[in-house]
Amino acid sequence: MLAEIGQLSLAIACMLSLLQTVYPLYGIYARNQSAVESAKILTNLQFVFVTIAFIVLCYLFIANDFTVVYVATNSNSALPWYYRLSAVWGAHEGSLLLWVFLLSLWSSAVAVMSKRLPVESIARVLAVLGLLSLGFYLFVLLTSNPFLRTLPYFPVDGRDLNPLLQDVGLIMHPPMLYMGYVGFSVAFAFAIAALMEGRLDSAWAKWSRPWTMAAWVFLTIGIALGSWWAYYELGWGGWWFWDPVENASFMPWIAGTALIHSLSVSEKRGVFKSWTVLLAISAFSLSLLGTFLVRSGILVSVHAFASDPARGLFILAFLIFVIGGSLLLYAVQASKVKSRGRFDLLSRESLLLINNILLIAALIVVLLGTLLPLVHKEIGLGSISIGEPFFNKMFSILIVPFALFLGVGPLVRWKRQKINELLKPLVLSLILSTVIAVLFIFQYSSKFTWMALLGVFLGFWILVTTCYELYLRATFRFTLLKGLSKLGNSHWAMSIGHAGFAVMIIGITMTQNFSIERDVKLAVGESIAFEHYDFHFDALENADGPNFTATAGVFTVLKDDKFVATMKAEKRIYTVQRMPMTEPAIDAGVTRDLYIAMGEVLPDGSWAVRIYYKPFIRWIWFGPLMMGFAGILMMLDRRYRVKKVSEELEGNV
Amino acid sequence: MNPRRKKRLIITSSLVIGLSLAVGLVLFALQQNIDLFYTPTEIVKGKNETGIKPEVGQRLRVGGMVLAGTVKRDPTSLKVSFDLIDNGGGIVTVFFDGILPDLFREGQGIVAQGELKNATQINAFEVLAKHDEEYMPPEVADALQGMDHLKTDKNK
Repeated sequence: MLAEIGQLSLAIACMLSLLQTVYPLYGIYARNQSAVESAKILTNLQFVFVTIAFIVLCYLFIANDFTVVYVATNSNSALPWYYRLSAVWGAHEGSLLLWVFLLSLWSSAVAVMSKRLPVESIARVLAVLGLLSLGFYLFVLLTSNPFLRTLPYFPVDGRDLNPLLQDVGLIMHPPMLYMGYVGFSVAFAFAIAALMEGRLDSAWAKWSRPWTMAAWVFLTIGIALGSWWAYYELGWGGWWFWDPVENASFMPWIAGTALIHSLSVSEKRGVFKSWTVLLAISAFSLSLLGTFLVRSGILVSVHAFASDPARGLFILAFLIFVIGGSLLLYAVQASKVKSRGRFDLLSRESLLLINNILLIAALIVVLLGTLLPLVHKEIGLGSISIGEPFFNKMFSILIVPFALFLGVGPLVRWKRQKINELLKPLVLSLILSTVIAVLFIFQYSSKFTWMALLGVFLGFWILVTTCYELYLRATFRFTLLKGLSKLGNSHWAMSIGHAGFAVMIIGITMTQNFSIERDVKLAVGESIAFEHYDFHFDALENADGPNFTATAGVFTVLKDDKFVATMKAEKRIYTVQRMPMTEPAIDAGVTRDLYIAMGEVLPDGSWAVRIYYKPFIRWIWFGPLMMGFAGILMMLDRRYRVKKVSEELEGNV
Repeated sequence: MNPRRKKRLIITSSLVIGLSLAVGLVLFALQQNIDLFYTPTEIVKGKNETGIKPEVGQRLRVGGMVLAGTVKRDPTSLKVSFDLIDNGGGIVTVFFDGILPDLFREGQGIVAQGELKNATQINAFEVLAKHDEEYMPPEVADALQGMDHLKTDKNK
């Protein structure tokens, strides 16, 4: 009975989203005020019904209702309740329901939190969001219904959730990522609504900025969580594989990063407007493309669920409709958008433009590297793979100008900057960051490579210039401490966000250059030593859990003969799916991680063991956390809450 | 030229130059990093589409089924070798030094990435068996189509 209620509310929500698209637009056309105002009510109603559907599905999982196909294939009564809950989005149908639920959540948030926006503008935005929802409701209802029954022959127990997904990281990773993906729909809707209206002013940029930032924050954290999960769950200690599905989430992130920077220019200086609109369209289109790539099953990866050609075709059609339609609208209306501001070649505007160009270049690299194998195969040239070396090489090249300009950008004024005023801070920062980088490498590594020096230098270059800029800005009118306390939230957000990026660069550089990875054959009682560390294989233990059997290898780790940690790495066999899993043991630290993963038992009873030393790998995730925090700080800036903001203040910050 | 146009010209041309530079670099890097996929039969007889055999020393990916009874381990290290077969009947030997994936076993479809050592031998630096028993990479599934799993045992 409950599943049918879920099904019904989903259908009602679908109808409401159709109304939400059509009725307000009709109201604008016919100058029918009540029709225009109905947009918000319809949006909220739609949210209520999709929420009911979502809660029903969650309940079906918690209650182990195996008469529902989706529950039976993805859950098991032996699963702990929190994994049963996260199993809701553990496969295709449920994750799409989550997607459309979140889309509705965002729409509803826009409806509730934009009381000060002109009612017609908001009606347009909600109508666009309604159209997107409609597309996804139809997709769920027609091709991937999570409420289908197994009746009359329902199984006694479920087939269990994929063991890879039975993990804390996976409870949070998909919802965060989806919040980001779907969040860009708001920026998209604002852009489309503005194009429909034919008017793009800085008020538009100002309104869509916090929404875009929110989506970007979710996406940033979501990607970082995914990377962290891959690191400790897949058992080979990597943090990024350039897997097509990772790329699918990385592309909207790059476009989104370009978008938040371009939006800030549009808001403060009134330039780059049509470019910003194009980025808003791209960011969301790339989110859709990502969904298409992952869900259609044309990609080969851990993330690809069972594929169904009808699903792929539906998303492809939807993708073409959304991208084609919005680009068409853009082509027709963009000429009406005029940027009024002017700026010199050396100005913050120019530097932000360079930042955007480099980001787009990075985007093209990822896009090519992801799509080329697909194209290559489709046109009959045989299947190929494009490996990590390609992406690593391209990004090592692109990051150099990107980081250098990133350091300079905040020091440069809007509109016009005299070059000789810049020389002193730049030269000082250059010397300082080089010295710090050299000292840093000699302190934390016994080896030296030029690539490592370059990477660490770039990180410190950003940190030093960021601090220098803060110092200059703070002491411009006041003493240092008083000046710092007077800085606005969004200024801090910029500094912290950039510092987070620098931290991540340093982490990536150190990990990539100085990791030590040993695959060794070890029997109980044997040990292996490297880099001051001594790993001793003490014993094998039994470590069975509720739905798996496991063997654990116990290791004692010494550094220069002093005790560091006892580590327990497990090899699990999940009983329902007969699937082996590696649970590595990790001893985490600020400057290094130690990582042990059990491979396989060898014929003579000894084990193949991976033992890794990963310097500064935590920084790779701490950086994005800082960026996410910075984004939240920026959203809390005064000017997004106060009703009217003087132009002066805007120009100043 | 008035300054506004001049500025536009500079911006546009730098955009064009930057983009073409990026695309050029991408294509250059791509050329060195594309790994073609072969089935064991294709390594022995040449690619289905073109008839071209891979050259010794070339980087490639090979996918097929692990022939039962061919997995040989070195007693003192992690060195291992095994034979791969597909529905065309070609057999190649893969050498690997490292930890095999959890789902590696005889009769299982796998993908190895590495360098061609000689006509039928490959030095692999990576061996992949996907994290799902029902899942098989599409290329491998194609290569194994119509094969009875039991017949891959050498003794039969």
